[in-house]
Amino acid sequence: MVTTPTPDLVTLAASAASEGRAQSFASATSDLERLEMELLLLAIYRHHGFDFRAYAPASLHRRIRRHMGNAHINTITALTELILHEPAALQRLLHDLSVNVTAMFRDPSFFAEFRQTVVPLLRTYPTVRIWHAGCSTGEEVYAMSILLEEEGLSERCRIYATDMDSTVLDHARQGIFPLARMKEYTSNYFLGGGKRSLSDYYIAKYDGALFAPRLAKNVLFTQHNLAMDRSFSEFNVIVCRNVLIYFDRTLKDHALSLFSDSLATLGVLCLGRKESLRFTAFESDFTALSARERIYRRNR
Amino acid sequence: MNARYALVVVGTSTGGLHALTRLLSTLPGSFRLPILIVQHRSKDSDERLSGLLRVASQLPVSEAEDKEPLRAPGVYLCPPDYHLLAEADSLALSTEEPVAYSRPSIDVLFESAAYSHGNAVIAVLLTGANQDGTRGLQAVKHRGGYVIVQDPNSAESGFMPRHAVQHVVADRVLDLEQIASELVVRASEARVA
Repeated sequence: MVTTPTPDLVTLAASAASEGRAQSFASATSDLERLEMELLLLAIYRHHGFDFRAYAPASLHRRIRRHMGNAHINTITALTELILHEPAALQRLLHDLSVNVTAMFRDPSFFAEFRQTVVPLLRTYPTVRIWHAGCSTGEEVYAMSILLEEEGLSERCRIYATDMDSTVLDHARQGIFPLARMKEYTSNYFLGGGKRSLSDYYIAKYDGALFAPRLAKNVLFTQHNLAMDRSFSEFNVIVCRNVLIYFDRTLKDHALSLFSDSLATLGVLCLGRKESLRFTAFESDFTALSARERIYRRNR
Repeated sequence: MNARYALVVVGTSTGGLHALTRLLSTLPGSFRLPILIVQHRSKDSDERLSGLLRVASQLPVSEAEDKEPLRAPGVYLCPPDYHLLAEADSLALSTEEPVAYSRPSIDVLFESAAYSHGNAVIAVLLTGANQDGTRGLQAVKHRGGYVIVQDPNSAESGFMPRHAVQHVVADRVLDLEQIASELVVRASEARVA
């Protein structure tokens, strides 16, 4: 039986007569919660080897709270207890901690810019290696694969699509996405410079859209953790969009140095629309091919 | 000065353009707290909104970038199709699923500010036609922050502020001009030792 201090503390706060008392009480709750978070992350790391200690605290805290809500766990300490003593608890938490919200051709203008700016560079290479880091359930990988096919590049391209969560990779390998979202994706596809019809690439099956297996022929889906694993090859293009926003500055720098080490000379790095190399040590190592779409090229 | 408050978070939906324009044009250029704003907007909307607010305000207005340091004076508008969160000394963005059909979500911003800044948060909820913001205000209140809600009768769309005042004990319920002067007063308040 785990006790739940929160409701009592709330009453206590409400009854605090002076504003001063209420203030010091409120900062004590925050301090306590921060301590509980620290202990939870330490327990996950020490007991299971997954390191979330350098994740951006605001959104990580939110996802932990949401997981607790779903699992009817009242305090962070109660969650820590489960993580240490109940083997199945970790998988459930890991699944809720990784952000698996994605879309095909999210930010269509990025794909349009990629066609215009990056594709001509790729044409000059006999073979092209692309690393899609943090690919989640694979929507953006299939989108990229469609783009490369339309540009006549698919034969020479090999995509390494990685995520830290193996369950989303299983999903990605299947290439089945919700039929209900095809209208949105079709509009994105056209805005992103699509040359055919998106429906040429999938067959509708019940409530799913099954994408052509040839799109995944040159794709290798494999597990990789940006926080813990090393560079595993050399790439001409690295796509990592809306992943680094979940890291704190230190871990973002770590991932960028991993990318920098993994890029071939003059390799291309694509980040999310509101992510940048500003405020990082890598700003001077890259030149923006498109500042607006966050497409960068390594200087050497 | 050791100020009592460190951060202002503002949430609005329907009618927000006019409300934000008026609020920001009334705040003096000397206002010294960073202001983070969530305005519900379509995922395809462009940077026209920040452009309009930039013209109206004497404070520097920009669309938030991930990990951008929090600076004052500074007004940070949440970009479309992201959530905006407050970290201890910087901004954070997230592409997590919409909350109550909204991304950005006002609740997400307010709850993150309550977590990162505790009782040093001033939260302001303006005009809107849904229930976003109420849960966030509860979190701010719970951690000792200061809650201002636009007077529903003065709002272009009174539903959102009305829902909030029915569920949260607001410190102040004011019209837009009064909100601006209240913010100036609160920003000058010193921390109680």
